[in-house]
Amino acid sequence: MITLKNKYTKTIKNLALVLFVATVFTACSDDDPEVVNEEELITTLTATLTPSGGGTEIILKSVDLDGDGPNAPVITVSANLTANTDYTGVLKIENETESPAEDITVEVLEEDEEHQFFFTPTNNVATVTYNDMDGNGNPIGVRFILTTTTAASGNLTITLRHEPVKTASGVNSGDITNAGGETDVQAVFPVTVQ
Amino acid sequence: MIKKIFFRVLFCFLSFTNFAQECNNILKGIVIDYHDGSPIYGATVYIESLHKYATSNFEGKFKIEKLCNGEINLTISHISCETKNVKINLEKDTFTELFLEHHIESLKEVSIVSAANVKSKTVQFTVLKGEVIDAFSNQNLGDVLKDIAGISSINTGNAIVKPVINGLHSSRIIVMANGVRLQDQEWGIEHAPNLDINTTEKITVIKGANSLEFGGDAIGGVIITEPSNIILKDSLYGKSILSGQSNGRGFSFHSSLSKSTKKGWYVNAKTTLKKIGDFKSPDYVLSNTGLNSKAFSLQTGLKKFESGFNVYYTFINNEIGILRASHLGNIEDLVNAINSPEPLITNDFSYDINSPKQDVTHQLVKVDYYKRLKKLGKLKVQYDFQNNHRFEYDIRVGNDRNKASLDLNLSSHAIRSSFEFDAKTDQKYKVGFMGAYQNNFANPNTGIKRLIPDYDKYDFGFFTIGNFILNDETTLDLGFRYDFNAINAKKFYSKSRWNERNYDVDFYDLIIEDFNTQWLVNPKFQFHNFSASAGISYQLNDENSVLFNYGLSNRAPNPSELFSDGLHHSAARIELGDLRLQQETSNRVAANYRFKSENTSILVEVFFNHIRNFMYLEPTGTEQTIRGAFPVWAHKKTNANLFGADFSLKQQIGNQFILKNTSSFIRGKDVENDQNLIDIPSAKTINSIGYYHEKWNGFSVILESEFVFRQNLFPDNNFETYIPTTDTNILVDISTTPNSYHLLNFNSDATFKLSEKTNLTVGLTVTNILNINYRENLNRLRFFADDLGRNYTLQLKFKY
Repeated sequence: MITLKNKYTKTIKNLALVLFVATVFTACSDDDPEVVNEEELITTLTATLTPSGGGTEIILKSVDLDGDGPNAPVITVSANLTANTDYTGVLKIENETESPAEDITVEVLEEDEEHQFFFTPTNNVATVTYNDMDGNGNPIGVRFILTTTTAASGNLTITLRHEPVKTASGVNSGDITNAGGETDVQAVFPVTVQ
Repeated sequence: MIKKIFFRVLFCFLSFTNFAQECNNILKGIVIDYHDGSPIYGATVYIESLHKYATSNFEGKFKIEKLCNGEINLTISHISCETKNVKINLEKDTFTELFLEHHIESLKEVSIVSAANVKSKTVQFTVLKGEVIDAFSNQNLGDVLKDIAGISSINTGNAIVKPVINGLHSSRIIVMANGVRLQDQEWGIEHAPNLDINTTEKITVIKGANSLEFGGDAIGGVIITEPSNIILKDSLYGKSILSGQSNGRGFSFHSSLSKSTKKGWYVNAKTTLKKIGDFKSPDYVLSNTGLNSKAFSLQTGLKKFESGFNVYYTFINNEIGILRASHLGNIEDLVNAINSPEPLITNDFSYDINSPKQDVTHQLVKVDYYKRLKKLGKLKVQYDFQNNHRFEYDIRVGNDRNKASLDLNLSSHAIRSSFEFDAKTDQKYKVGFMGAYQNNFANPNTGIKRLIPDYDKYDFGFFTIGNFILNDETTLDLGFRYDFNAINAKKFYSKSRWNERNYDVDFYDLIIEDFNTQWLVNPKFQFHNFSASAGISYQLNDENSVLFNYGLSNRAPNPSELFSDGLHHSAARIELGDLRLQQETSNRVAANYRFKSENTSILVEVFFNHIRNFMYLEPTGTEQTIRGAFPVWAHKKTNANLFGADFSLKQQIGNQFILKNTSSFIRGKDVENDQNLIDIPSAKTINSIGYYHEKWNGFSVILESEFVFRQNLFPDNNFETYIPTTDTNILVDISTTPNSYHLLNFNSDATFKLSEKTNLTVGLTVTNILNINYRENLNRLRFFADDLGRNYTLQLKFKY
């Protein structure tokens, strides 16, 4: 019985030790965790379309401030497009959770050989040609020309792919089918040409 | 098995110095069982230097006459006892009590359950030993176990292999490494056990939760890995294994060296290095699937009969590439990847490991001590510390290119103690407790939201187990355990997610700080878990035996199930935990029938497991983000039934041939929603024929056929999604399981004696001989690529 008793004493001692250790550690970890500064978060895609003959800029914008949170992006198109018009287009992607907003387009341009924007219209609302080139002479798509013809309604999908195969068939001229790579941004804008 | 008898030299100085010495002393004594104090009949007491023998009588007594003055060495041996050496200084007639350890089987190998130190016959268990394990030197724990009926694996590629016991894995399985419960973020499917298989000499797999000593939450089962036994003699021994494989152009080198003394001191060191490049399916290279692994372990201690201690340290670092083509941006990429017959990215073979990849370092320190108390039992005390540091790298851009996306550091302390009352031969009791503290730190410098938050976790548990030998044929086991788990986390939730989950209603009081778009919340949860087990085994006759057992177990939700919150690039999905999850409760009944004759052994195992609040991860819909749409996978609960049967047969034909079959079948049903459970292993049957010729240097050749049936019972989680670039709505098929497949494998080896103490085993293994294309349902990369093509492995093993 004496050994048994020793055993229990030991048990109690060990238990006390665990509790002690635990208390010490809890005390240490009472600091609140640091908030994460989300570095590659893209919240906003803005396409600014300037009519070649002058006139009001048209802004296509997709804003998703909660990133991969449950809220869907908010898509706005500032005005209808005019038929038979060339628009000079510029894309900008930003992280608007930071103040001032971080312009991520800069990063894309720094690694332009690894990035490409694709413009996919439905219902022939417009055609898009590239207006810029990376170091290999392949398109990037930050600058582009959008051309409308007849009146129509449809979608214009803008997709940013990371590490696409720019040399694959059709990719150079803006066909996403064989591009591969990963989608970093994708926004679907309902547009009307009148 | 009886341990070899080692003799000690006698130094009887007086007999050298004084020839006139009179030698008329009489030594009388009694040989007693250490545990229960009963006399032992038939023990041999031997004085080597004098070639004098005596044998103990029915009362355990013996007598040796005509002994000189001085020190003599007695060797006491008995057929079922540990041989013991005792020094006695003789000056006159002497009476001595000699204690022998009468339960030798619990000290030595034989039954793997000796690891539990409770020799339980009422659990469903399987043991793998050294030779079998050595053959897998260049592979993983999950690979070794796959040949056991009822054990399968869930994989992410070929280097991340998690064992699945009767359909259950991850947090539902306890992996014990040399007495330490591994705490290595085992919750994730892409988190394989951090264990170098080469540190293991024996692996026991216990199905079901009937081993309460290790934990009450092992609803699936327990995998016990143990290092080799210490040989109690003065020796220096070791082994080296060199393996080369064609697929992945990999090599693996393992070496171990042990030094032991007859006094019981020992030290051993082991190291393993592995380097494997991109694996290959029959038709293409699986780009970025290489592996770099470094492992080291050091063990020292003292092993004596009455007491001993062990100090153990292990280090393992695994850098594992994840198939490049599995890293995806959104649903559209997923659809493209699934529809592409070949991976969208294949490069030339390379040893380089780029993103996506994981880099995990696990370190473990253990100190234990045991002491036997005469006529009472054995006390064990153990402390262990583990540190698991996990980096996961995604494809990133700009300055973050080489920065980890996930950086988790999990440190765990545990103290456990147990006492085994084994004084009575027909009943044993074991009581024990454990206390553990765990801290998880998620490094915020990754620049990516934490998938798992910072938390502290406390566990406290105690158990009591009883073994009763009712008669020669019947054994009964009973066990009870209580566990308390508390988790205290600090986690950021984006306010939109917090509201979407309705936590603003149920958990508003957890919020401790407002960070603009996020809440910092402090969830504190406590769980009380009761577990129980009961089992009975009955030997019908010499050849037939049966066992029945029942296990009740509870498992508290793990941090991933509670807190997961974020985008998993490797799977193109958003994973969500649920703060409302409660512990799951398993009631499992199982039965075994075993037939064993000289040439035939058959084992049939069946089980039924009802799990209330069964937690699982399943797609629940899609969410739109600026990257496009993503499927959402949520941790949910339901009530589930699992049942299955495992069959093993071994038939010896003549002296040279052995036929083997292991087959298993399992079904999983979600009874609440009347549908099939996700991720249930397919039915499988493995047949092999082996030819053995002992005289030809232990030559053996085995041809194995592995047939895996298609899993026809799966839940339909397919969903429709709009693909903007093609302007179409399509059905995303993430449910349909791959076809059945049949693999042929070959193994041959022989052992050559190089010198008296050195031998060399040469082995050749070929897997997927026919180089067929196949995909395995439980490989998460099956959507993107075929499984491995043919592989030749050549292994050289030196033992010295």
